[in-house]
Amino acid sequence: MESMEIAEKLQNHFSEEVLDICDFHGQVGVVVKRERIVDILRWLRDSPEIKMDHLMDLCGVDNKKRQGKNLLRLEVVYNLYSIPLRHSIRIRAQVPENDAAIDTVTTLWCGAEWPERECFDLVGISFTGHPDMRRILLPDDWVGHPLRKEYPLKGREEWSGLEELKHKVVQLQEFGLSDGILRTKEGQTQTKGNEES
Amino acid sequence: MGEIKESEVQEPALIEIADGVKKIPGVNAVLGPLNMLVNWGRAGSIWPMTFGLACCAIEMMDAGASTNDLDRFGIIFRASPRQADCMIVAGTLTKKMSPVLRRVYDQMPEPRYVLAMGSCACSGGVFNSYAVTQGVDTIVPVDVYVPGCPPRPAALMQGLIKLQEKILQEQYRWSLWR
Repeated sequence: MESMEIAEKLQNHFSEEVLDICDFHGQVGVVVKRERIVDILRWLRDSPEIKMDHLMDLCGVDNKKRQGKNLLRLEVVYNLYSIPLRHSIRIRAQVPENDAAIDTVTTLWCGAEWPERECFDLVGISFTGHPDMRRILLPDDWVGHPLRKEYPLKGREEWSGLEELKHKVVQLQEFGLSDGILRTKEGQTQTKGNEES
Repeated sequence: MGEIKESEVQEPALIEIADGVKKIPGVNAVLGPLNMLVNWGRAGSIWPMTFGLACCAIEMMDAGASTNDLDRFGIIFRASPRQADCMIVAGTLTKKMSPVLRRVYDQMPEPRYVLAMGSCACSGGVFNSYAVTQGVDTIVPVDVYVPGCPPRPAALMQGLIKLQEKILQEQYRWSLWR
């Protein structure tokens, strides 16, 4: 089935939920509200003529600098594919900034667990009902969500774990026998040993 | 057939095999400064610990494989830091990985050397961002920097030869009092 046909069926079935259908080079995206996202995806997975049994990818988007109507600040994108019927579609669920949460789809595809954790880690959208809502890529005590547009490239402050490590490295340098170069501060090098006595 | 006089035998007592190193003929022994002998042994048997983190690791593998063959320098990759003399940091070191790198370095026995392979390991490279350590020399002391993105196997070999040269020039590294 053509992607546009699926999108229209989806709009007929969930007319309250679908906000917009957009087409770009044959790739169809359906912008939906977040409240009934699990129902929408379950319907896409289980209807016999659509059978979207494969969640190819799940990712988060920050819409801050994006043009387009019906867009809220954040977005969760579900790329679906049907292995038996070989068609695909993209579902874009809108999430507001002040309440960045959406229902988990791990009940439909258990493989969504890690993509949802990644989405939480980097974009800061939490998934209600997720079995293990922790960071996955960054350290557990990281502050902030780096793929938000307001996050500076270098971060606001150094990660506390690295500060701790650098402090320990300076302490250990006293006991080291190495002749190598250690840069303890920016532009400052320390070499230990090999001093001509 | 006359008697051979002792004065006619021109066999030297010691054979000089390298600058300052002498071999005693007929005996399995060499005489020389301990610095030179220890450094010669170390430079000829660098056993690196692989710390492949990114695409540089592919080039490191290639340097170890048959075409380039690091084995001919006595360089044999070890999987354990406790058996290694040198750590080749090949690739991007993220901040989350930094404590692990330091722990592996601390597990290596002295004398130990670090070779930073590639732009990322040398300085952070293009990844001047929140997640990447800006050079492994902020975490461990680095002996040789090999630039490149990624460096070709020949460049890594050059770096290891530089490390050998550095080891050969060391003084009293075998002593605790150095």
